[in-house]
Amino acid sequence: MLSAEAKQKIDREIAKYPAGQKQSAVMSALRIAQEENAGWLPKEAISEVAAYLEMPEVAVYEVATFYNMYELKPVGRHKITVCTNLPCALSGGVHVAEYLQQKLGIGFNETTPDGKFTLKEGECMGACGDAPVLLHNNHKMCSWMTPEKIDRLLAELESK
Amino acid sequence: MSLRPLILANTNGDAGWRLEHYLARGGYSALKKVIAGKVSPEDLIAEMKASVLRGRGGAGFPTGLKWSFMPKGEGEKYLCCNSDEGEPGTFKDRDILRYNPHAVIEGMTIAAWATGATRGYNYIHGEIFELYERFEEALQEARNAGLLGARILGSDFSFELFAHHGYGAYVCGEETALLESIEGKKGQPRFKPPFPANCGLYGKPTTINNTETFASVPFIINMGGQAYLDLGKPNNGGTKLFSISGHVNRPGVYELEMGTPFAELLELAGGVRGGRKLKAVIPGGSSAPVLPAEIIMDCTMDYDSLSAAGSMLGSGAVIVMDETVCMVKALERLSYFYHEESCGQCTPCREGSGWLYRIVHRIENGQGREEDLELLESVAGNIMGRTVCALGDAAAMPVRGFLKHFQSEFAWHIEHKGCLVPLDVQRAGSQIYVSPSC
Amino acid sequence: MLEIEIDGKALQVNEGCTVMEAANLAGVYIPHFCYHRKLSIAANCRMCLVQVEKAPKALPACATPVTNGMKVWTHSENAVRAQKAVMEFLLINHPLDCPICDQGGECQLQDLSVGYGCGQSRYGEEKRVVFNKDLGPLVATDMTRCINCTRCVRFMQEIAGDMELGQAYRGEHAEIMPFLGRTLDSELSGNVIDLCPVGALTSRPFRFSARTWELSRRRSVSPHDGVGANLIVQTRFDRVKRVLPLENEAINECWLSDKDRFSYEALNGDERLSAPMIRRGTQWCEVSWQEALEFVANGCKAALDQQGPAAIGALASPHSTLEELHLLQKLVRALGSENIDFRLRHSDFRADGKRNGAPCLGMPLAQVSHLDRLLVIGSFLRKDAPLLAQRLRQAVKKGTRLSVVHPAADDWGMPVHQRALVAPSAMVDTLLHILFALADIKQTPPQPVLQSLRPASQDATATDIARELAEGRNVAVWIGNLAVQDVRGTEIELLAQEIARLAGGRFGVISEAANTVGGWLTRAVPGAGGKNVHQMLESPLAVCLLLGAEPGYDFARSDASRRALAAMQMVVALTPFNSGELREVAHVMLPLTPFTEMAGTFVNMEGRAQFFHAAARAFGEARPGWKVLRVLGNLLEAPGFAQDNVLDVAREVLGEHAGKAEVLLETGLDGRLQGVSVEGRRPRADTLERVCDVPLHFADPLVRRAPALQRTHDARAPQAAVHPETLARLGLEEGAHVRLTQGDAVIELDVRADDGLAQNCVRVAAAHASTIGLGAMSGPIAMERV
Repeated sequence: MLSAEAKQKIDREIAKYPAGQKQSAVMSALRIAQEENAGWLPKEAISEVAAYLEMPEVAVYEVATFYNMYELKPVGRHKITVCTNLPCALSGGVHVAEYLQQKLGIGFNETTPDGKFTLKEGECMGACGDAPVLLHNNHKMCSWMTPEKIDRLLAELESK
Repeated sequence: MSLRPLILANTNGDAGWRLEHYLARGGYSALKKVIAGKVSPEDLIAEMKASVLRGRGGAGFPTGLKWSFMPKGEGEKYLCCNSDEGEPGTFKDRDILRYNPHAVIEGMTIAAWATGATRGYNYIHGEIFELYERFEEALQEARNAGLLGARILGSDFSFELFAHHGYGAYVCGEETALLESIEGKKGQPRFKPPFPANCGLYGKPTTINNTETFASVPFIINMGGQAYLDLGKPNNGGTKLFSISGHVNRPGVYELEMGTPFAELLELAGGVRGGRKLKAVIPGGSSAPVLPAEIIMDCTMDYDSLSAAGSMLGSGAVIVMDETVCMVKALERLSYFYHEESCGQCTPCREGSGWLYRIVHRIENGQGREEDLELLESVAGNIMGRTVCALGDAAAMPVRGFLKHFQSEFAWHIEHKGCLVPLDVQRAGSQIYVSPSC
Repeated sequence: MLEIEIDGKALQVNEGCTVMEAANLAGVYIPHFCYHRKLSIAANCRMCLVQVEKAPKALPACATPVTNGMKVWTHSENAVRAQKAVMEFLLINHPLDCPICDQGGECQLQDLSVGYGCGQSRYGEEKRVVFNKDLGPLVATDMTRCINCTRCVRFMQEIAGDMELGQAYRGEHAEIMPFLGRTLDSELSGNVIDLCPVGALTSRPFRFSARTWELSRRRSVSPHDGVGANLIVQTRFDRVKRVLPLENEAINECWLSDKDRFSYEALNGDERLSAPMIRRGTQWCEVSWQEALEFVANGCKAALDQQGPAAIGALASPHSTLEELHLLQKLVRALGSENIDFRLRHSDFRADGKRNGAPCLGMPLAQVSHLDRLLVIGSFLRKDAPLLAQRLRQAVKKGTRLSVVHPAADDWGMPVHQRALVAPSAMVDTLLHILFALADIKQTPPQPVLQSLRPASQDATATDIARELAEGRNVAVWIGNLAVQDVRGTEIELLAQEIARLAGGRFGVISEAANTVGGWLTRAVPGAGGKNVHQMLESPLAVCLLLGAEPGYDFARSDASRRALAAMQMVVALTPFNSGELREVAHVMLPLTPFTEMAGTFVNMEGRAQFFHAAARAFGEARPGWKVLRVLGNLLEAPGFAQDNVLDVAREVLGEHAGKAEVLLETGLDGRLQGVSVEGRRPRADTLERVCDVPLHFADPLVRRAPALQRTHDARAPQAAVHPETLARLGLEEGAHVRLTQGDAVIELDVRADDGLAQNCVRVAAAHASTIGLGAMSGPIAMERV
């Protein structure tokens, strides 16, 4: 399940830590596994990461369930996480969330029937000055979201 | 005006973060000075002490003192930078990593010189993954230029530095949870003692500082500790990055001299949005007790002033709320956050944070009971000081702060089963949302 | 020493002591859930918060180190306020339905809530529900009751050596669970039931079958492995309902292996033999004790008259008590025979008559933690003696360096520093390499009979092991079941003794069974002219007294044991069970009481004799073996069978030590070999050979009949394990169905690839219905695709 390329990437992460501390690479390894498994972590991927890092499976599972950017169920091709925490909400985060729900026809933690979009509610992303903010597939942050910008974003993602 | 950029001075947005730009701004001169001058760690720490640089992550612990706790002598020692910025309202470290990552690298390298650390990690909030990647690039630039790694600048001094990303857990901003996370575990804080200076990462002596703290170091070394202290006020040295968000016209990061009046900061941020009336301000990140307008307007932005006012400077994250905000709803959202982010390790926080949220949620939804306010106060009090880490306190403090200054609004809610601030007014300002799934 | 004052009591404690430990020393109880003296400190439950002078907040006693002059109040208003606050938090999401909880009456949360809880809950919100987990056949879950103290998680990781449980998710959603689809498979898993302070983890076999206060309890001793774990046997109406550990720091500490804990189910099973039975033709008939014993006596007399005493013999299980083994050998010898053996799984008897005393571990169990170097030879240590392995695991964590010479690299849940993975036939050779490398380092020659055996070449691993041992200051060399039971067991033992001697360390044997050492002490082995078990089966006896063993399952050569016993004139089975195997070969079955229904003594691997009493009345007409043998002795008019009670019997072996709950014997435990040597045979690399373990839940008649244990991962049906390269060489692959042949013994099994096995070996477990058709536990074996 882990490709040779993924293993190479994981090896680069392992190299950051002292000898005998492979486990330190588990967060990166899970991220890498998630990236190449359509954005989520099936049980087998977790097992493979465990085997690769010589960790007990349940220890890897603990990590995968503790940090909320790991997905344990399938998600759409585009996961959109909207911050609804107080500072964002004060600047229209709620409106953004509502607009997205209406545009996509789904609620939080739901995926569009075509499997393209999943909507998630996020906690503080540390970018409150850019509120409202959202994350696309965990890594791309979109700032100062307005209905117009959301329309553009969705149109762009729709074609990907 | 007290705008006094230091860390962010002359940075040029996304176009000025690279090594060449930093060098052009005089970057790495402090490191060169330290290495060329073979400045002793003791002198370096003395300089840091003189600057009264207090930890910028929120706790405000004097940096020089913290460094002095590291055991002397050879052996594996670690340095960790806490860039796991996730306290609602805080986004200053993001700007540092975005616009001036080399200041952090230089600051950490100087700190390594002072503490004898051989290896360091910068733990970066998972949600700003693009900046994690940028930091990795900056590290590579520094390594290529001989400013990092083995035999730095041709000296005998070596220091390895790497980036480690989080992936969605607020609690990892707690320093021992951060260490656990780097070790590849759940981010559950450790009980102290032992303190990281004796038993930190991989059980070795470790110093952990905030991004802004490290980024300040080169400037302190260049201008001297006393000069840095003089930028602020006694016991509150230097400049500080303030993240201002919420109902202001120009939210963003402002680097000010410590001790700048709040009113000035508000003005810098363009004043309250739409010319509305200021209602309340959370001055130091979401866990700091909220202050009503009349109190905050008299405060200066530094550790001592805000502490005297019954709140705290924390990370310098200022959340501004105008008259359209329902304070029950605001607290509900914050309580939900702490409930959601509790690591689950120790009983009072695991059980208590959800209890607090549920009570506030009930009140907000018109199901408040007469005894709820007393219960909230009591539950918050039962969490405070009884948890492994400060997250328990962080969940309790906003509750106590909101009740202290806005008790009548809560009481009104319970009595009238609805908001004191009319819904259309809230809607016009901003409606705060709490997930119905919880 | 540090001075501390707890609740006004002054005391002195060692540096590094925590407030909790100090309070325990002072006899002050501090409420707690997550703290456990054998586990790492978690400080997560917060129940042990106490007030400390000058500390602004209440501090957790379990994690707070004592400082000099510290003043602590454990029951001050401040402390109690903190404790009550924590109790309230623990209870808000905990079901308040103790009457339907299996833990009721022995629940720490229930007990402490009496002192620290409120009469009424202030929590008016919805309570949390956590789905139950399938942890396998032994541990039941009621996860909504879990208070997340993580004792179970820490136990599995730290004591059991396998992190089979974790705390997944976070915050209020945190839950204790195994990895998806996994169960608790450790041989020590049952201990989490004891550790769980609430009713989240309970015993599946015991569940809802009795309340703790209805049970009578009696101390006993485990009849299984050589550790001799101390038990609390709990009974209701003379039926054993549950077995719990009795704390004994010198032996089992506060733990039990699952086998010790759950084998009791067999005591209540359908196969218990309730009355003596005689086979008439093909029919088995219940008869009176008198008739049965007369039948036996007459059979013995007839054999004596017609074939002489050498036609009579006895074979006994090493799980029998000292008293049973003693009277059995006494009876055989009184009849003029020396045909007695309890070493049913041995195959090398060249050392008979050549050792001074009983082979044993050579050190107290508690001293294992002091070792700095240990060499283990030919042992399935983890499964053969789970609690010894546990002790070693803790020692390894503190710095003991472990080397292993063994054909299988099974995971012992601890790091192995050096490992020689060699086929059984190559073990002698490997040990010679180690011995001579060690001799060179120490510049001390091995004993003269070995000096001509210096290997021509060097072996890197063997040299590394020798170097390891040479560096040690507190060294031991142990041999385990595989070594002892090997066809060259004597040579392996001699070399191990020599290696230990040259390393300046101690030699030890990891006893196979609860009373292996007792077997030696009672001389339940053939004397001059007598037949050992192998010989008794080779040229069958006329009469065999078979004590507590089952043909096929308990012998080194299962096929031969079944065939030989079936050919005897009279096989007298002394057995607690109406066993199918016994019905095949025996002519009379005498119902014996198992360990819970009689008094007796077991001598464990360290030479500790432990006397225990009956915990329950005998089932049906079952009688203690010693009584049956005494009556038989009388019927056969043998001298010396006038003992009034079990102590009289024990005294004949142990003298003044008889009847003592626990005594570490000092004499008779010198197992050193004299006058044996090593043959210079080279291992044959071209033929396949058998590696044989006796899986822990197949090892004796009791565990084999314990239903829950039989459903565990450890009791799954054996497969033929082979190294993948060997497999490839043979043109086979994992999953292939093969025919295994040893002489005329043939069975069929599926193949499993195992790269933790030496080359050219086929690992087939013994003592399972699917493998008893096979032959010797070691030696050549053929394998071909079916």
